[in-house]
Amino acid sequence: MVDVVVIGGGPAGMSASLKAKQQGASVLLIDSEPRLGGILNQCIHNGFGLKHFKEELTGPEYASRLEKEVKEAGIEIMLNSYVNFIQKNMVYVITPNGQEKIDCKAIVLCAGARERSAGEIYLKGKRLAGVYTAGSVQKMINFYGKLPGKRAVILGSGDIGLIMARRLTLEGVKVEAVLEIMEHSSGLRRNIRQCIEDFNIPLKFSHTVTRVVGKDRVEGVYYAQVDENRKPILSTEKLLECDCLLLSVGLIPENSLLPESVKRNKFVIVDDERQTSEEGIFISGNVLHIHDLADNATEEGEIAGKFAGLYSQGKLEKFDKVNLSFSKNISYCMPSLINKKNEGKFTIYMRANANFLKKNILVKCGNEVIAKKFCIGITTGEMQEIEVEYSKVKDDIFVDIEE
Amino acid sequence: METVCICCPIGCRLKIEKVDGEVRVSGNSCPRGKAYGITEYTSPKRVLTTSVNTGTVTYTLKTTDAILKEKLFDAIAEIKKLKLKNYNLGDIVIKNLLNLGVDVVITGVLKEV
Repeated sequence: MVDVVVIGGGPAGMSASLKAKQQGASVLLIDSEPRLGGILNQCIHNGFGLKHFKEELTGPEYASRLEKEVKEAGIEIMLNSYVNFIQKNMVYVITPNGQEKIDCKAIVLCAGARERSAGEIYLKGKRLAGVYTAGSVQKMINFYGKLPGKRAVILGSGDIGLIMARRLTLEGVKVEAVLEIMEHSSGLRRNIRQCIEDFNIPLKFSHTVTRVVGKDRVEGVYYAQVDENRKPILSTEKLLECDCLLLSVGLIPENSLLPESVKRNKFVIVDDERQTSEEGIFISGNVLHIHDLADNATEEGEIAGKFAGLYSQGKLEKFDKVNLSFSKNISYCMPSLINKKNEGKFTIYMRANANFLKKNILVKCGNEVIAKKFCIGITTGEMQEIEVEYSKVKDDIFVDIEE
Repeated sequence: METVCICCPIGCRLKIEKVDGEVRVSGNSCPRGKAYGITEYTSPKRVLTTSVNTGTVTYTLKTTDAILKEKLFDAIAEIKKLKLKNYNLGDIVIKNLLNLGVDVVITGVLKEV
């Protein structure tokens, strides 16, 4: 019997464990890998930690800082162990010694996300060797020192795709092109600058791969410009010779462990304490929604961990909840339920549907504006956040980007 | 010139120009951005990160500070020559890399890879 089980030892899981422990709970942290840190271990580039540690770190350094805190806090760690079933107050885990059932008072799911695969984007062509997700190539190079080929094409310009364009180039692989189906990148501006422009890598917007060709392994890809409905214009189709194709076409929260009874919309429905509709099951990090930064996942893990810890100690106060909805300018907001507390503040995270210049983010309760934030630039690629005072929340909330 | 600051995820749009022999930076929102803008205009520099796999252990490494952009490929070739054994997080494995005034330090040790 343990108070809180945290599933996943990446940034969200480690910070959730720490916060749960601080509430006086006993904590068990489970990860399927032989080490803590999750995907941070393969993200050997720098740029992590400016928000959380106020210092620029590489992924492995960021992971080891949190790992040190976890070990010093006396959190029980179970590695090489895979959770295959959870329900309220119970976790089934496959360990190197067999299956175990663990009774607990609260669960925090921090299982991260997986990469969208070739099948999920209906990639056409034969099933050739040399088609990879960008993250799997990242692990291949950074962990095992193996290269995927000599000439690469990258489909998708999310941050992982951009980071891999630079990494491959530095390792001597020629990156023939980065193709992006949208008119803009969903990656950070600084990554376009330092990963693409620094090395003069061709980045083609409104272009996609139409099919992959080769005998046993990739020998090239056909690519074409797309129209406003993102349909390839076949008259523009061209062949680009290469021996591998990397896909950086989105991350999908790995939330399949959650019981079916947990309410979902586009995302799992949580309140501002990151509790799901099933009492005692909390969720945070990329398994809830995709964060731009490990620092943000860490922050969210802290929220879930704190309240899971309190819940396990019978100290989590109950409040009435209000709903949060948003305008068509916004793709989604997190969380979608807010506890009507009397004091303190909470943060709403959101992603816009389009790019905006010099606009206000408004949080309204009825006709009253209860929070307002001016933003010089809002892009679809960058998560926005706005703080709101609990005491101002009287009824359902509506979030908008002022036109 | 116009560029994007790479110091943090905000990615400020910088305008850098030389006025009366002095490099002026605008569009930055912090002192780091100003310093970056001046270096970017005069001699662009980048932090280099890479990894070395020894068969049983993988070491991840970084330069302790940014190095001249045009030296990135020479620097990575130099780091790849390393035969690493029994190092720990934070250990310096190359001092004054290619006389560029920076060291190469271990950022991670991955065992059982």
